[in-house]
Amino acid sequence: MRPVAVAGIGKTAFGAFPDRDLRSLAVEAGLKALENGHVSASQVEAFYLGNFAGPSFTGQNHLAPYISAAMGIHGVPATRFEAACASSGSAFFHAVSAVAAGLYDMVLVAGVEKMTSQPTPKVTEILAGAGDLCGEVRAGATFPALFAMIARRHMHQYGTTREQLAAVAVKNHQNGAKNPLAHMRKVITMEQALAGKPIAEPLTVYDCSLISDGAAAVLIMPLERARDFTDQPVRVLGIAQTSDNVALDEKDDITTFRAVKTSAGKAYRMAGVQAGDIQFAEVHDCFTIAEIIAIEDLGFVAKGEGGPYSLAGGTCLHGERPVNASGGLKSKGHPVGATGVGQICDVVEQIRGQAGERQVKRNTLGLAQNLGGSGATSVITILGAA
Amino acid sequence: MTDLGTGTIYTETVVYSPPEAYVNDVPYQLAIVELAGGRRVTGRVSGERAQIGDRVQFFEFRNNVPFFKKQS
Repeated sequence: MRPVAVAGIGKTAFGAFPDRDLRSLAVEAGLKALENGHVSASQVEAFYLGNFAGPSFTGQNHLAPYISAAMGIHGVPATRFEAACASSGSAFFHAVSAVAAGLYDMVLVAGVEKMTSQPTPKVTEILAGAGDLCGEVRAGATFPALFAMIARRHMHQYGTTREQLAAVAVKNHQNGAKNPLAHMRKVITMEQALAGKPIAEPLTVYDCSLISDGAAAVLIMPLERARDFTDQPVRVLGIAQTSDNVALDEKDDITTFRAVKTSAGKAYRMAGVQAGDIQFAEVHDCFTIAEIIAIEDLGFVAKGEGGPYSLAGGTCLHGERPVNASGGLKSKGHPVGATGVGQICDVVEQIRGQAGERQVKRNTLGLAQNLGGSGATSVITILGAA
Repeated sequence: MTDLGTGTIYTETVVYSPPEAYVNDVPYQLAIVELAGGRRVTGRVSGERAQIGDRVQFFEFRNNVPFFKKQS
């Protein structure tokens, strides 16, 4: 297997853009990534697209060639990957695998979602399609409801509190306020977070990530080739994707994501590092409880310690181990299909030292955790300075 | 349809922001109920609010969704 590196990154702003369509967002991010990597569209040998529900949100199908052709990429494989909120993480995993195996030297991976053209109940229904339609969803489960039930159980088993959940939201908004591309650049207080409108008890609107439009893209190459195009290639040291049951009621213990543990274990082994070595991370905070469980499942803290650690500030920008310096899905926004590749872009920016006001101090080894559904897909990527 | 009998609340929530199909139901209580033998099902709890550990009684299916009531 050849070492693989990220040679270019490109992101659109995340937000609600009534005048932008899905394709224009993806094209903007893709062309930025090519420009950032000093590569022209004609040099791209394959296009991997992560998108969760473009056909449901917009009606458009056959998305990968629809987007790649608009960028000037022709005559190469162009394929869409769907894995709920881990769609572009999964596209990235498969693209890295193909480059590592020697199939291609130059691959563009993009993620995109256009969500805000539909009213919230319709968006809620489309998102629920990532759950089990014959069971939990038919009973009335939404994604906030599934994570609310996870939160209740976590509170029951480990004593996790509402304040600990709110601390995640407050911290991520603090970080997102410093991110010029974030959807909601506003600082919130603990009092506001606790008094938010209930969505699914015990979660309020401040525990939930945002419904956003946006796209992100990365250009990957074999590491040795990447050195010809950039002075700062960022190496993919470890990467793994694993799966688990879709329905929450089929999981033995809903306070942990088995797929996150198995994929993290594989990625750590591939990279030859341990959880304690990871200096900073972008994790999948689709809901505040998801960040608390993520830092436990990744081994940053012991099981049940995610809440107290978050409230104590361990994950703050200048804390012991910064988590979601970008603002996370909570503040940066969560255009579902763009999120996985967006996280990769954010980790790469940190390693390059280009994160501006959000720059973490220890920045040579970072991790991205992208979760699909209530844990049925997990993609873990470990990136480091090359 | 089979009678699911009694079970215990494994976890629960009350939903305020519904999917399109259930806009007229809110707020409603959703729960994962652990049945005898350990199998878990996701269903609704009608009437009095139930919490983790509470015993509930199945009473009917509506559109294939099991409905439970808290046992007094």
